[in-house]
Amino acid sequence: MSEVTLVVNGRKVSGAVEDRTLLVHFLRENLNLTGTHVGCDTSQCGACVVHVDGKAVKSCTMLAVQASGSTVTTIEGLANGADLHPVQAAFKENHGLQCGFCTPGMIMTATDMIRRHPDGLDEATVRAELEGNICRCTGYHNIVKAILAASKTMSKASKSKANKAA
Amino acid sequence: MGMEGVGARVARKEDKRFITGSGRYVDDMVVPGMKHAAFVRSPHAHADIKKIDVKKAEAMPGVIGVLTGKQLKADGIGNLICGWMIHSKDGSPMKMGAWSPLAVDRVRYVGDAVVVVVADTKGQARDAAEAVEITYKERKSVADAVEALGKGAPQLHPEAEGNLIFDWGIGDAAKTEAALKTAAHITRVNIVNNRLVPNAMEPRAALGHYDNAEDHYTCWTTSQNPHVARLVMSAFYNVAPENKLRVIAPDVGGGFGSKIYIYPEEIVCLWASKRTGVPVKWVADRTESFLTDAHGRDHHTTVEMGFDKNNKIVGLKVDTIANLGAYMSLFSSATPTYLYATLLSGQYDIPTIYGNVRTVYTNTAPVDAYRGAGRPEATYVVERTMEIAARELGVSPAELRRTNFVTSFPHQTPVIMCYDAGDYGASLDAAMKQADYAGFAKRKAAAAKKGKLRGIGMSCYIEACGIAPSAAVGSLGAGVGLWESAEVRVNAVGTIEVLTGSHSHGQGHETTFAQLVNSRFGVPLDSVSIVHGDTDKVQMGMGTYGSRSGAVGMSAIVKALDKVEAKAKKIAAHLLEADEGDIVIENGQLKVAGTDKNVPWFQMALAAYTAHNLPQGMEPGLKETAFYDPSNFTFPAGCYICEVEIDPETGKTDIVQFVAADDFGNIINPMIVEGQVHGGIAQGVGQALLEGAVYDASGQLLTASYMDYTMPRADDLPSFQVSTSNTPCPGNPLGMKGCGEAGAIGSPPAVINAITDALGHENLTMPATPQKVWAALRAGTKH
Ligand code: FES
Ligand code: FES
Repeated sequence: MSEVTLVVNGRKVSGAVEDRTLLVHFLRENLNLTGTHVGCDTSQCGACVVHVDGKAVKSCTMLAVQASGSTVTTIEGLANGADLHPVQAAFKENHGLQCGFCTPGMIMTATDMIRRHPDGLDEATVRAELEGNICRCTGYHNIVKAILAASKTMSKASKSKANKAA
Repeated sequence: MGMEGVGARVARKEDKRFITGSGRYVDDMVVPGMKHAAFVRSPHAHADIKKIDVKKAEAMPGVIGVLTGKQLKADGIGNLICGWMIHSKDGSPMKMGAWSPLAVDRVRYVGDAVVVVVADTKGQARDAAEAVEITYKERKSVADAVEALGKGAPQLHPEAEGNLIFDWGIGDAAKTEAALKTAAHITRVNIVNNRLVPNAMEPRAALGHYDNAEDHYTCWTTSQNPHVARLVMSAFYNVAPENKLRVIAPDVGGGFGSKIYIYPEEIVCLWASKRTGVPVKWVADRTESFLTDAHGRDHHTTVEMGFDKNNKIVGLKVDTIANLGAYMSLFSSATPTYLYATLLSGQYDIPTIYGNVRTVYTNTAPVDAYRGAGRPEATYVVERTMEIAARELGVSPAELRRTNFVTSFPHQTPVIMCYDAGDYGASLDAAMKQADYAGFAKRKAAAAKKGKLRGIGMSCYIEACGIAPSAAVGSLGAGVGLWESAEVRVNAVGTIEVLTGSHSHGQGHETTFAQLVNSRFGVPLDSVSIVHGDTDKVQMGMGTYGSRSGAVGMSAIVKALDKVEAKAKKIAAHLLEADEGDIVIENGQLKVAGTDKNVPWFQMALAAYTAHNLPQGMEPGLKETAFYDPSNFTFPAGCYICEVEIDPETGKTDIVQFVAADDFGNIINPMIVEGQVHGGIAQGVGQALLEGAVYDASGQLLTASYMDYTMPRADDLPSFQVSTSNTPCPGNPLGMKGCGEAGAIGSPPAVINAITDALGHENLTMPATPQKVWAALRAGTKH
C-alpha cells in the first residue's frame, strides 16, 4: 500500500492505495468521482480521459501513485459552478452525445485539444486528434461539430479578452 | 408546432447529467456492504470439465465465496433459453441445447462461465479466480458454421444432430424454381455477412442484492428491457418470483441489441448474493465483453435472382447458413428468420421468393440481434445482388431499381410483409440529387489524374420496425407480446410524469417523449418527467430494440394522453359550466372554444386532486394507463449513396461522400433522428470497412480487444449528408416509422457497391480492409 496525495478538482485529497491501483480506479472508487469511465483495458477508448497538470491523460494508463503530487481535473470539475464549460455547452447544443458513456472523456480530450490549438481547428484536425477516443453512438458527426463550435466560441472569448487587455 | 413540441430541434433534457459527469451507470452504483465478483471462464473452445478445485482460491485474501455450476443447479436455477420457437420445414421444433449459467460438465466456447468468485475487492476476486484449478479434457472444436454442418464435425449438443438447430423455409420453393427457369438472365452471388461485436462503450455489468429480511432481490443491470429481464429471470430461470425481484436499468451506455438478452452474469450475481449474504457486483472488462456479449450477423448466403428481358425481377431464391454460436441466445432464432427473410423483397415488386435458412451451433460466442438484426443481412443480400445484376445487365443501378420498385400501397410481398406506405423513387431522387450523381464521371476522372480510383455505390433499403401485433408474432413463435405500456400521471400542480416501458440508452426519450406531451397539453418540457428503467416504478414494458420506442412506445403514451385529455376536459367543462365537447386545450389552458373563458392546466389538475368540485360520480385524481399493441410493422425505407476513393498503392479506402435520404414517417425531434442515422451509418461503415470478429481454427477469438478489433474512429469517417422525406405510417397514431437502425441497415451495401465499382470486379468480402482491397486490385478481373 502507498499513500497518495493530490489536488482533484481544486480539493486536496489523499488516500492509501494498493500499488497496482490505477488513477481511474482511485478517482472512481476512493473519491466517488464516477464521471470518469472505463471502456476498455488496452488504453484505446478514451472514456477515462482526465487532465493531469493541465494535460489530457488516459487515467487508466497511469497509476494512482504516479499521479501523487499532481493536480487533476475530472469532468466533475470542469464547469465553473453552475456555468457549463463552453465545451460542455457545445456538446449539448450540437447533440454531441447519445448514451453519454464516452462523453466525459470526449469533453476532456476536446478541452485539451482546443487549448493546444488557440488559433482554431478544422474538421480534419479534430478528426485526427480524436484518434484516442471511441464513440459507438454518434458516428462522431456531431462530436466534431461540437468541438469546432466550442473552439470558435473559446477563441473568440480569448481574443476579446486579449483585446480588452490591450 | 411549438418551440418545444413535436417537430422542434430541442436540445436534450438528459444531457446535463452526462456532460457534467453525473450520469449513473451500473458500475457507478454502490450498495452498503457490496462485494465484487470475477468469473472463471473457459480458455478452451470445447472441452469436458473433469475437475474443479476451489480450495486454493477459497483461502485467498478477501475471498467470501467460490461458487460452481453444481451448486447453482442444486439451488434450482434454470438454464438459459431462446424465447422464440421456430419449426423446421419438416415440422420439428428447433433443437435447443442446454445452457447453464455456470457450465457444469462441458464448456462450448472460449469465455463460457464456469466458476464465480466473490471477494472484498475486484482485484482480490480476480486474483482468486486465477487460483481456481479446473481440469479440462479438450475436445475438437469448430468455429465456422459451414464446417460445423459438414460430416465429421465435432458435435456441440446432443439435442442437435449435425449441429443443425433448424432448417426453415419461407415463401414458395416450387414457384420460385419455375420462375427462375423462365428468366432471361440470372444473377448469382455468394455472400458472406461478417461477424460483428456490438461494442456498446459501457461494458455489461450487474449488481445483485438479496435482502434476507424481506426475502427480496434487486438487480441493477445494463439492460435495454428491464421488465423482460425480470419476467425471464422469474418465469424461466427460477431466480425469484416477479414480486420479489426488482430490476433496475439506470443510465445505460449504449446497447445496439447486445443488452436485450439476459446473460449468465446477472443471474449468477443475484444467486451469489443470496448464497454469500452480500450484494455482488460484476463489471465486464472489455475482453470479457468481446468474448461473451452476443455477437451479430455471421451469415453465409447464396443468391439467385432472375430477370425477364425487360429487367423485371421474376424470382429470388436465397439459401442462408446462420451461425448461432455455442448456445441459443434469447432471440437468436428470430433474427435470421422473421427479421431477415421477411425483408428479402427489398423495395421491389418480386412475384415469388424462396428463402431457406439453416442455423448452426459452433464453438463461438452466442449470436443474436445486433443493430438492424437480420435486416442488414437481408439488405446486403438484395442490394449487392441488384448492383451486380445492373452491372451484368449493362443498365444503370438506379434504373434497374426504379424498374422494379414497389409503387402502389399496401403491397403484399411473397414473404409475409405487407408494406403500408412509402415512396422509394422519392428517396432515390433525393439521394442522387444530394450526391450529384450526374457529376460522378467528372469526379472519377479528376481522381484518376491524382492516381486514385473513385467509385460510387447505392443501396435502397427497407426495414421493418416495431415488431407487432402481439397475436401475429405469437403465431410465429414469439414467447412474449410486443406491445408497449404507458402511464401518465398529472400531479396536483399540473406537472406530469410519464412512465414508459421503453428504455433509453442513448436515444433521448426523456426529451422526445416530453415534446409529445408538450404538444398535447402546452405544459413546458421542464414540467414533464419521463420515468423508465425500473420495474418498481413502471408496471410492465417490453423495452427498447427494433426501433420500436417511437412507433410503439410513444403510441402507448398517446393512448394514455387521450384518456387524460378526456378526463381533463370533463373537469374543465364542469368548472367552466360548459359542454365538454366545446373544450379545447391551447397554450396550457383549457378553453371554451371561441370564447375567452378558460381554466389554466394547473388549476384543472388541482381541482382533480382537491376533489371539492368534480362532476357527479367522477373519481378524484388524474392518472391514466394504456397498453398499445400495433396493428402492423412499420416500414422505414430510404436510399444511401456512398462515394469512395481508393489509393491503389496502399489499398486504403476513403469515404469521400456519404448521402442518406430516409423516410421515417413523422418525426418528433429532427436533431435526435439525424443523430440516430449518423450513428447507424458509422456502424454500417464499420462493418463494411473495418470490423470483423475472427476465430482461429482452435476457436480462440483473435479479435478480443480494441488493439485487434477495429472500431470506426473519427478519422475513418466523413461528415454525413442526411435528409428525410415523409410518407406517414398509417399504422400508428403518430405516423412514425422508427429510425434507430436504418443507418446500420442501409450503409454496408452502399459502401461495398462503391468499392467494387472502383475495383471493376465483385470479388471482395467485408470488411474491405486496405489489405483485402490491395489484394483485390491485384487479383481483379474486369466485370
Ligand atoms: S478506459 Fe482508458 S482508454 Fe479505455
Ligand atoms: S455517446 Fe454513446 S459512446 Fe459516445
